Amino acid sequence: MIDAIGRPQSVLVLGGSSEIAQAIVAGLVPARCKTVVLAGRPSERLDAAAAAALAAGATTAEVVAYDTTDIAGTPAVIDAAFDTFGDIDIVVAAAGALGDQAALEADPLAAADLITTNFTGLAAGLLAVAGRMRRQGHGRIVVISSVAGDRARKANYIYGSTKSGLDAFAQGLGDSLVGSGVGVTIVRPGFVKGRMTEGMDAAPFSTTPDAVASDVIGAIASGANVVYSPGILRWVFAVMKLLPRAIWRRMPA
Amino acid sequence: MSTTPRPKSHRTELTGWGLTAPTAADVVHAVHPSIVDDAMAAALAQADHPGPRSANRGIVARGLGRSYGDAAQNAGGIVVDATWLDGIHDIDLETGRITVGGGVSLQSLMERFVPLGWFVPVTPGTRLVTVGGAIAADIHGKNHHVDGSFCSHVTSMTLVTPTGPHVLSAHSDPDLFWATAGGMGLTGVVTEATLQMVPVETSYMLVDTERAVDLDDVMDKMLHGDDDYRYSVAWIDCQSTGSRLGRSVLTRGDHARLEDLPARLRSNPDKATAFVPRQLARVPLTPPSGLLNPLTVAAFNEMWFRKAPTRQLAKPHHMTGFFHPLDGVGDWNRLYGPKGFLQYQFVVPDAEGETVRRIIERLTEVKLASFLAVLKRFGPGDPGHLSFPMPGWTLALDLPVGYPTLDTLLDDLDAWVLEAGGKIYLAKDSRLAPETFRAMYPRVDEFSTVKRRVDPDGVLQSDLGRRLGLCGPGAP
Repeated sequence: MIDAIGRPQSVLVLGGSSEIAQAIVAGLVPARCKTVVLAGRPSERLDAAAAAALAAGATTAEVVAYDTTDIAGTPAVIDAAFDTFGDIDIVVAAAGALGDQAALEADPLAAADLITTNFTGLAAGLLAVAGRMRRQGHGRIVVISSVAGDRARKANYIYGSTKSGLDAFAQGLGDSLVGSGVGVTIVRPGFVKGRMTEGMDAAPFSTTPDAVASDVIGAIASGANVVYSPGILRWVFAVMKLLPRAIWRRMPA
Repeated sequence: MSTTPRPKSHRTELTGWGLTAPTAADVVHAVHPSIVDDAMAAALAQADHPGPRSANRGIVARGLGRSYGDAAQNAGGIVVDATWLDGIHDIDLETGRITVGGGVSLQSLMERFVPLGWFVPVTPGTRLVTVGGAIAADIHGKNHHVDGSFCSHVTSMTLVTPTGPHVLSAHSDPDLFWATAGGMGLTGVVTEATLQMVPVETSYMLVDTERAVDLDDVMDKMLHGDDDYRYSVAWIDCQSTGSRLGRSVLTRGDHARLEDLPARLRSNPDKATAFVPRQLARVPLTPPSGLLNPLTVAAFNEMWFRKAPTRQLAKPHHMTGFFHPLDGVGDWNRLYGPKGFLQYQFVVPDAEGETVRRIIERLTEVKLASFLAVLKRFGPGDPGHLSFPMPGWTLALDLPVGYPTLDTLLDDLDAWVLEAGGKIYLAKDSRLAPETFRAMYPRVDEFSTVKRRVDPDGVLQSDLGRRLGLCGPGAP
């Protein structure tokens, strides 16, 4: 159960190798979150994340094989997680890839795969999660979106559009769950320095997985619907969205 | 296939009085006791159904929702609205023994029986609690040092459990009776109870009020004077620091006899025994951010302290103002804003008064405003496995949620309370850690053994129970 101060006792991560998700788990475990389930493509990195959760004090930290592009298999993975581990207080939807815009433009099938990973597959997973949470009558779904979804940009519009879609989906999902005991928190990080952005020049207001995790944990506690990370991006993007397209188009990569 | 028809229910989001941690449950209105049986059967059918343990969502009763935390919530399961069980089944005005439905409120009992010369044996700071809830929390009042807690005055009760209804008393089935006393509803639904009321001549109290300059002063006055009064409580200003730390207003009194009252009441016995509670005001909506911040609370505390007489003896006060001052303001819990609030109530042994001081000091250090902190000295506890009262000092503090380090701050206070041999009151709790709970309530295994006897399938569940590991998939 999530307590009065917003501390959950269990978490399921979709995309368990995500650095942001791992930072969220690392923040939650010492604050009473004793059950950690990491769903993702089997890898050493995923196993290491589970081991880190155990070392931090989790009493259960399990790895579950999950691939967002395996849409047919997704509902069964979600059901099995809820059946095996009991009530799950927090689900973090963190699966996603950035992709290389130029390469994706040249390879429509690869672009479609990215869209499946970031949006189509995750949307199916979120619907399965929402169904289970509605039944258990409580919980919070944290969807890792991106400021890239606030306005698609020439330099990364394929990734940006997947986050736009996911973000819009999560907004609607949140509204549909009002009154069910279940809430949805949408997280819109800016440029996060980490594995995903290795070798790229950091954008203004760049942040780190730990900083995003800290904002997410605050949003879980307060039950916020939308959180920008860092918070100033809420205002930066309020302006960005108003820029004339001719200027927006010329924004540097 | 089960043949039990599931009683009509509505999925509803519920919170406790603190307005925190909302969860949704299927609320069943128990308009007749048989509906409690039906709801219990439906919960049992769900548990019997093959499938994962998490599919057994269980059932718990809810009264007037005055528990601050998640005691009367059951996410995804059934919540029986027991306030419909409001019948008065039997009265004996010679002995003051009454048999009533579990959903009858203490307010209703006062309205009916005070004019007939009988008062409830124990009342908390609000009269808007049900008899069933009073048993489930084994509530205490200002008279605990003399009269003990609520269940000591319950001569028998009907408890509907998954293994059927039990009519029990502390003598016929002491294990189940005392597991139910303070068991937070996790042993069954109280549909009926017989109470021993206390005789009163009027609806007035004779009250002595005095100010205490600091914590030592008020504790000294309570240690040496409480035995002369049936009712005693101190309000502590938790914002005063230094030499004024713990300055208080101590109010103590007893029921007034007719001859104690002024002539205008003495000559009008109907007026002298009238109990007509009035709501003076209501908080119409939740203000966007709490109106109760350090500034407003400081102003209120200063006003409350100044308005109290330095010393005033034998002043007649009506019961409503003496026992339930906040009931005059409807929905006052909204004042804390949309994030809600929690109440931190602990008890420590008599010799650990220093822990009370440390805790008040800590709260003044971080400038965490508590509106109306209440100090009370308990007498002996009763045999309830999870019953809260034990001899010593109990302090109750209302704290707004949203203060940035409230989580770790209260965890630290938990550790001090535990170290002092004390515990946290479950009816107020919304945040205790399972392992701290087990350390504070060492008889929890005894409780669980009795619970399993009447609930082998683990059907009786609540959010509080799940959070503390008392029930649900995580339970032992």
